[in-house]
Amino acid sequence: MPHLVVKDLSASYAKLRVLNGISFSLEKGEVAALIGPSGSGKSTILRVLMGLTPMSGGEVTLNGTRISYNSAASIRNARDRMAIVFQQYNLFQNMDVMRNVTIAPVKIKKRPRAEVEAEATRILTKVGLADKLHAYPDQLSGGQQQRVAIARALALRPEILLLDEVTSALDPELVNEVLDAIRDLARDGMTMLIVSHEMGFVREIANTVIMMDKGQVVESGKPADIFDNPRTDRLRDFVGKILRH
Amino acid sequence: MEQILGQLPDFLSANNIAFLAQAMAMTLALTFAGCGLGFILAFIVVYIRQTPGLWALPFRLLAILYVESFRRIPFLVTAFLVLFFIAAFIKNASLFLIAVIAICLYATAFSADIIRGGFESVPRHQIETAQALNFSRWQTLTQVIIPQSWPVILPPAMVFMVAFIKDTALVGQIGVFELAFRGRELNNKGFSGILVFGTIAFLYFVMSYPLTRFGQWLEKRLATPRSQRPVGKLR
Amino acid sequence: MIYTFQFGVIFGRMPELLQGAALTLELAMLGFWLGLAPALALAAMRSSRSAIARRLAGAYVTFLTNTPVLIHVYFMYYGLPEIGIYLDKHLAVIIGLITATSAYGCEIMRAGFLSVRQTEIEAAETLGFSRLQQIWFVIVPHIVRTVYPALANYFIILTLSTSMAMIFGVNELLGTAYNIASDNYRHIEAFTVAAGIYIVITFAATLSLAFIGQWAFRVKAKIF
Repeated sequence: MPHLVVKDLSASYAKLRVLNGISFSLEKGEVAALIGPSGSGKSTILRVLMGLTPMSGGEVTLNGTRISYNSAASIRNARDRMAIVFQQYNLFQNMDVMRNVTIAPVKIKKRPRAEVEAEATRILTKVGLADKLHAYPDQLSGGQQQRVAIARALALRPEILLLDEVTSALDPELVNEVLDAIRDLARDGMTMLIVSHEMGFVREIANTVIMMDKGQVVESGKPADIFDNPRTDRLRDFVGKILRH
Repeated sequence: MEQILGQLPDFLSANNIAFLAQAMAMTLALTFAGCGLGFILAFIVVYIRQTPGLWALPFRLLAILYVESFRRIPFLVTAFLVLFFIAAFIKNASLFLIAVIAICLYATAFSADIIRGGFESVPRHQIETAQALNFSRWQTLTQVIIPQSWPVILPPAMVFMVAFIKDTALVGQIGVFELAFRGRELNNKGFSGILVFGTIAFLYFVMSYPLTRFGQWLEKRLATPRSQRPVGKLR
Repeated sequence: MIYTFQFGVIFGRMPELLQGAALTLELAMLGFWLGLAPALALAAMRSSRSAIARRLAGAYVTFLTNTPVLIHVYFMYYGLPEIGIYLDKHLAVIIGLITATSAYGCEIMRAGFLSVRQTEIEAAETLGFSRLQQIWFVIVPHIVRTVYPALANYFIILTLSTSMAMIFGVNELLGTAYNIASDNYRHIEAFTVAAGIYIVITFAATLSLAFIGQWAFRVKAKIF
């Protein structure tokens, strides 16, 4: 049974149809990558999954149970089981690193503080930030902030991790430290749905690549098929443009 | 001129000084009590004004109506209204209490506008992130919005309160023994108007100016990023 | 105890109240327009090269903005006769409002001067603008856009503060309401109606100032 099933998902934004019948599924421990030109709706899918943008139709099934997104309780349930990392890190500016990572598990999930702090220290050490536990976001580089954001998402123990263009806002020399952290997660078997423009990285890490355009899935499959044998003109065009860069 | 100077020893009697010191204390008490209470109530008004959902619509409208209308009524009118309204229902109500209620009504409306501006200065993505982490509305407010909007809210709130020290001069009209009222009394006793009101103006200045400077200092300090502030007290 | 509202007796005297409202607007207009010129002069002094001019203007503004207008008028109305200067109550109030505008207006205009960015002036210089052209095309439009909304807001505050004229027996809106209330002991009703008229006047002023700002200076208006 697939871990996450998205079926016929649609969403509109101010009368503009931004998602139009999106379907795909994701096995446990799998990494799926959404690629495509800007404005094709990749990030919107993640936002809909997190209940930040309302859906206008379709079904989402996580681990066998359907999430309806039609009540505050079901949206809470979705947010309880999935975690998202944003392009702009979005760390809480008024909290230090430790508090950013522990606040949701302690205050929202009501887990014991000592246990959460120990876990947070372990995760932050793993992403290479053991010496920054009490720094504030404005004292950190973009790459460091993004690794804190990843740690914050992991501390929630999500069933799926959603990564929304997590390296797009970073200076080139800081990209690798974040990609390394994600590689580690993939190795540990974390199920991830990522939106990325780093094609080399996508090819290396993803089990499935989903190409999107104008709110629809154009083509999906294994990275080798998608990048080396694109079947549709649209994908060939996109891949060609990317590889020429 | 000589006449005015001749009054000086009499004017500076221990009695008069105590009289004026008391009046100053009254002015400050009115300002702090009224504006402080108003500031707290303003948070509630803003909370109501930002409550989503159809069921809350009448409450939202009420909050908007209150804020927008009380900012367009002269404080003196508000003070008279509170005075006569309370007097119609309660005999011998304390004038101090009436004045505090009037100031509070007025300060709540102005503070609500300041607080709303502060809340709206918090980037949208900070609130979205809190939502994605399943924060409740209350948790988002107390953990994210309020801590991040302090630097935007505090300086203008301070400016408002300091400016209000001057406006308390108007509550003398409803019979509260504050500085302006005492000034009129001394003038009526025969002391020179130039001497009395010159002194009174100076006393207002003594109360207002240091607080104004403190407000400017606070604004500068809050404008520096929290990690660069000297000690972590105001984080 | 139950209070029965009787607004009829107040509405019956609406013409008087409206006359009072007209005087309120007149006081506000005089206080505002006659105060602007000294405000501009003070702002120029505060940004001048002469240290004495800067200090003098600074002290004047600091003193006036830290003391109540009511006390200034008390001083003029009850104090100045002692040295032979007799001011009519209307005149005392208007001078009080003018001096207030001169001080608060100075602060507003100074903030406008400070908001001009050096980079924009440099850009104008590199484009070959003369000094006069720089002032006209770059500096003035910039200042107007920052100063206009603040001055518009100040006008509303000034309109509300004219109500202190009532203390000196001037029959502007609040004074008229007070007189009516003294005739029929309907204080709550009289002041409620007065409050309503103040809301209408200031709202109309805000709206028209916003429209003028948008039409004349392309200032984005914030009404609420």
